[in-house]
Order: sequence, then structure tokens, then C-alpha cells
Amino acid sequence: MNFKKTRVYKNLSNLGLLMALLLLTACASGPSANPRDPLEPFNRGVFKFNDAVDRAVLKPVATVYVEIAPRLVRQGVTNFFENLEDAWSFVNNGLQFKGEAATESLFRFGVNSTLGLGGVLDVASEMRLDKHSKDFGHTLGFWGVGPGPYLVLPIFGPSTVRDGMARIVDSQGDIAGNIAHVPTRNSVAFVRGVDKRAGLLKATAMLDEIALDRYTFSRDSYLQSRRSAIYDGNPPDEIEVDKPTEPLEK
Amino acid sequence: MMAIRPMKSKSTSRLNPLKSKPMNRRFLSQIFASLTLGLSCLFVLPVHAADEAPDALIKRLSLDILDKIKTDKSIKSGDVLQIVALVDARIMPNVNFQRMTASAVGPAWRQATLEQQKRLQEEFKTLLVRTYAGALSQVGDQTIVVKPLRASPEDKEVVVRTEVIGHGDPVQLDYKMEKTPGDGGGWKIYNLNVLGVWLMETYRSQFAQEISAKGVAGLITTLTERNKSNAKKG
Repeated sequence: MNFKKTRVYKNLSNLGLLMALLLLTACASGPSANPRDPLEPFNRGVFKFNDAVDRAVLKPVATVYVEIAPRLVRQGVTNFFENLEDAWSFVNNGLQFKGEAATESLFRFGVNSTLGLGGVLDVASEMRLDKHSKDFGHTLGFWGVGPGPYLVLPIFGPSTVRDGMARIVDSQGDIAGNIAHVPTRNSVAFVRGVDKRAGLLKATAMLDEIALDRYTFSRDSYLQSRRSAIYDGNPPDEIEVDKPTEPLEK
Repeated sequence: MMAIRPMKSKSTSRLNPLKSKPMNRRFLSQIFASLTLGLSCLFVLPVHAADEAPDALIKRLSLDILDKIKTDKSIKSGDVLQIVALVDARIMPNVNFQRMTASAVGPAWRQATLEQQKRLQEEFKTLLVRTYAGALSQVGDQTIVVKPLRASPEDKEVVVRTEVIGHGDPVQLDYKMEKTPGDGGGWKIYNLNVLGVWLMETYRSQFAQEISAKGVAGLITTLTERNKSNAKKG
């Protein structure tokens, strides 16, 4: 009963988010410098908001976590959540008829959940069982659903309309996010958030150094890497970018 | 498949924390490493440059760098200066910077003066070395696999695909390479793909943004300032 109720509330709030996204997509239009980012003014606003939240809360908490928790513990936490994600990768690789990747994901989940003590140890990687992370956004993309406009989600960051909507399905397939006991679920979500941010500390520090415009840099790399991941690292050429003589895409 | 998996005992756990060495040993190994580095640059590079196959070149470079990271604890601990020196000495001779910079700058490249082109290359190089250094400092007990090259012998441009395998998903690391003729020629890298992201394309729209706002001179200023503030961080 309790379980069902919370699920319904979660779905409702997701639906609200979705409606808001669709409205924004329909209404907002900016000085579209990039055809893939018609919502740029809105996106930049959310980007700024995320940045402020990150500076004030997420980054400091993650930094403290890295300082006080031993490496072994942090690795165990990361492994634990990644193991849960392998289960969802199994489903999505299956939905994309990727037999080998699905099998390996399933084996990884099985091996790490048992021999790896509930996922804390990544035994599967030692056994050379490769990881094949796939979410529902990948699955939609694989079956031909285009990404739609680029979209920066509050807190979650870079996404697209397709990937943002796919998150709703992802949240249904997410084991840790569907724990019935609410306080437990919230604590797990907190630890997971801290773990994710801690894993990105070096990357964001690097971004600060190498990007001339962090918004553009994260947008372009997100769109490229998602597209690449959908084609398993082998996307067909979109535009020729390496020939300096070619006019710039407008 | 050309697998570069250094002999690795199965017993080493991914959870093993790094064993810290006493300071003086670390210092000595640093000196030794830089000596080895300097000497091998003198002897190794010229021999290989001319007729080496592109995938073999990437394999040699990757092994070389990976080995260096594993043996040199100063690189492991994220000593950016050391990494920059390493990249400068080993990677840069195999890169075509002019082409890299030109493709990142876009059409404005042809309107830039020779002096501006030179400055752009210098500043962009500094920034790129920094990028690569940042990536290298995150390397742990990974191995690199060079995938089979899909190209015919007469190809002048190829993509060499590699994967960095360690904890979690394999990291895709691809290189676009072109064959250059003459002395000091051979295969040169002109674009780099990290996790499905081609670096030059990622820089292209940022550069275009900068150029349309402040012109080529403005882009040079921005790059110079960025490099200066990066250098201050050590």
C-alpha cells in the first residue's frame, strides 16, 4: 500500500516535470546560434542555477566526503551503485538486441552481487567482464528517436528532451530509487548524489581550466558523447569538422 | 587484435590503495625517470618516426606514457608540470598542430595574419597539453587496447581506435591521423576523441563564439589569459 502510494506520487511529480519541459520546448525561443540548442537562454539560466547550487552545496559536501572517507570506502560505494546500474544496463542492452552486452551486464550484476558482496567489490571487472552502461535514452536513440533540443535539467545537468523524458522510465528501472521505505530511499539517494559528485570533482576542475565557455563546452561534449554512445562509439560522420576550408555550420 | 596488457597479476585488487613510498625514494625515482625520459627521447624518437604504421605508433606512445605514469609517482600524484613535460616530449612531436589549430579556429583561420596564426598555435598548444595532462593524472591501473586498424595501405588519413580499460566502462580514446611526407614526417595526430567527443569540434564553437564577439585578436587574448591563470594553479 505504502509502496504503491509513493510510486504514484513520484509518477505525478515526474509528469509535472515533463509537462513543464514540453511547455518550455513549445514556447521558448532564443537567438538560436546553434540549431541543436534553441532553448539556449533558458538553458543558460538553469546552468547558472545549477552552478550556484553546486558551489554552495554539492561541491563542498563532495569535497569533504573525499577528504574524510578512505579511498577503499569510497570505491566500495561507487561500485555498489554502479552494480545496480548494471542491472538496468542489462534491460536496455536487451531492448536494443545487443546480446553480448546484455549477457555481460547480467553476469556482471550476478557476479558482483554475490562474489562482490552485494556490489561493493567489482569482481566482474577483474574477470574481464566489460561494463556496457546503457540507459533508456540510449535505447530510444538506438530505435531512431532523435535527441530533440538540448536541455539543461535542474540539478541533473546536461540532457536533451528525449533523454530528459527517458529519465522517467530510468527512474522506474532504478533499484535504489524504488526502495519502499522512504527514509532509507532518501538516505540512499543522498549518498548516491554525494558519490556521483565526488566522482566528478577532478573532471569539473579540469573543465574550469580547459573550457573557454563552460556552458558551450559541456553542451557540445554532452551532445557528441551521447550520440557516440548510441552508436557504440562508432557514429556516422555528421559534419566534417577537420577540414579548415569548410565553412562553419550556422 | 593488438592488446597491450602489461603482465598483471590477477591477485592485484582494484581496491588496493596506492602504497606510499618514502620521500627520498620518490625523489630519486623522479630524477631517474626524467633522466630516462630525456635519454630515450634522444635515441628512440628519430629511429621510429618515418615508416612506422599509425596503429603501431599509437601503441608505442600509449605504452610509453602508461608505463611512465605507473613508474613515475610524481605524475600519479598529479604533478602537472611533470606531465606537461612528458606530453611535450613524447606526444607533441607526433602531432600536427597547425592543422589542429586551423580546424578549431574555423574559417577565420585564413583571415588571420601569419603572426596571429603562430600565436594561436602556441596558446592552443599550451591549453591542449593541459587538457591531456588533466586526463593523464586520472589514470590508475588501466591498460590500453589498440583496436584493429580498418584502413588500406594507401590511405593518407586513418582513425586509430583505442580503449582504456580499467574500473567501470572502457574509456574510448581515438586518434585521427594523417600521413605527412619528408624528413620528420610520418603519421601525425590531428584530432583526438575522448569518450566519443572530438576535441576540435568541441573547441570550434567556443572559438567561433569568441571570434564573433572579439575577433581573432580577442581569441588570442582570451587563450593567453586562460593559460596564465591555469599556470598559476600549478
